[in-house]
Amino acid sequence: MAKIQVKTKINGEKTEFLCQAYDTVLDVLRRDLNMTGTKEVCSTGDCGACSITMDGRLVCSCLVLAAETEDKNIETIEGMAKNGKFNVLQKTFLEHAALQCGICTPGMLVAAKSLLEKNINPTETEIRYWLAGNLCRCTGYDKIVKAVQAAAEEIRENA
Amino acid sequence: MSDVKFISPDTLEQAVDVYSKSSKEGKTKILAGGTDLLVQIRSGISQPDTIIDIKNIKELKEISNDNGSYTIGAAVAGAVLEEEKNFGNNWPGVLEALRLIGSEQIQGRASLGGNLCNASPAGDSVPALIASGATVKVHGPEGERDMPIESFHSGPGKTNLKNGEIVVNFQFPKKQKNSGDAYLRMIPRTEMDIAVVGCAVNVTIENDKCVDARVALGAVAPKALLVEDASKALIGSNFEKEAVEKAALACEAACNPIDDKRGTISYRKKVSKVLFKRALEKAIERAKKG
Ligand SMILES: Cc1cc2nc3c(=O)[nH]c(=O)nc-3n(C[C@H](O)[C@H](O)[C@H](O)COP(=O)(O)OP(=O)(O)OC[C@H]3O[C@@H](n4cnc5c(N)ncnc54)[C@H](O)[C@@H]3O)c2cc1C
Ligand code: FES
Ligand code: FES
Repeated sequence: MAKIQVKTKINGEKTEFLCQAYDTVLDVLRRDLNMTGTKEVCSTGDCGACSITMDGRLVCSCLVLAAETEDKNIETIEGMAKNGKFNVLQKTFLEHAALQCGICTPGMLVAAKSLLEKNINPTETEIRYWLAGNLCRCTGYDKIVKAVQAAAEEIRENA
Repeated sequence: MSDVKFISPDTLEQAVDVYSKSSKEGKTKILAGGTDLLVQIRSGISQPDTIIDIKNIKELKEISNDNGSYTIGAAVAGAVLEEEKNFGNNWPGVLEALRLIGSEQIQGRASLGGNLCNASPAGDSVPALIASGATVKVHGPEGERDMPIESFHSGPGKTNLKNGEIVVNFQFPKKQKNSGDAYLRMIPRTEMDIAVVGCAVNVTIENDKCVDARVALGAVAPKALLVEDASKALIGSNFEKEAVEKAALACEAACNPIDDKRGTISYRKKVSKVLFKRALEKAIERAKKG
């Protein structure tokens, strides 16, 4: 069986893996690299649970082929806390009880981080639109939006 | 599936070479952002034995502006095009149509070329591209050719691309002074849904008179339509009520929609008139600003 060899960078670390042409980044992360923080729910780009960034762009890892990640920079939820310390969003999500079952949470955090990298002062509407591709069946979204607002405020204060 | 090949050529010639040799059986697929293709592979609708990733080909990722005429690579993602601020100032209708596609995650990948080639009658960017007057450049085994967007499709899911042809880029005309474009769609939700009707309008105004107009509709026929009778009704008018009504009726008459859970035939026809008027208002407002 001919496998494709891919060299990429995940959360700053050089990574090599073998995959098949139809394998998505999500398949490889969860099945082969044992990085199960990125969640799989719909596999069709609708729910955002599988959000990652590739060369700084927010994408659904279920809609990116693993073979496409050659020489790319992938960031996943596993890279979010640094040196055992939470990212500010992880902290405010806890403080605001912005999660219940937690399935949507890694995707929400990755997507929210990508928003705050672009805009440290988003309006509530901007937050809601940016996160429109991240579905949550538990929280009703309000606490998530508040947690993102709180994180943005902390980032601005420390800027 | 274990023998499925994945290639990512650096040049158009290489891509066309592989594509033209194998696409006769329809088993080779071009991959741009993959937001249609990967869903189709996952559901079994598409089962290519070769996938050609076109995102390493320079021309397909390029954005250039030659003295006001934009050329946009077929594989440029929505989120990337949005950062090209001046494009959005020139063609706000095209940008808003492309940006309506999916979520931010989808925008990180979805391209104009993919939206056009997927050939859904409801593809959001297509009416806006038609109204802009853009042409599309394709490259195949016999070289290059240009096509107006309105003659690109032959039916739902079908294009007039010949064997081995790949879409390279979109060429926009130089934006006229006092012209403006707009795209609006009607969907049952506020985000993340498929258009029941989409309408794009592009107008140029001189001394309060309409000197040029292009009107296009999506999701109301087997393919997106240029409504020439609507243009005729508008050109030469001052956008007086009668002219606008005549153009709206031309939109309604052009519709040949399907009946489905998103909208009945009579609903889609009625909405096409309403949406046209609203898109026209927005385009006029933009045209008056320059
Ligand atoms: C959650 C979700 C929401 C969506 N919402 C919308 C929406 O609101 N409106 C809408 O219109 N669409 C929507 N789509 C569909 C899709 O995102 C768009 O059609 C998008 O523009 C496709 O672009 P792509 O680059 O991802 O195409 P791909 O999936 O890479 O390609 C699409 C098709 O075109 C072919 N192709 C691509 N590029 C070329 C080329 N340069 N030359 C020749 N053939 C080519 C491919 O082989 C494939 O058959 C949605 C999809 C998802 C998953
Ligand atoms: S699993 Fe990728 S969007 Fe749902
Ligand atoms: S916390 Fe359960 S889906 Fe969001």
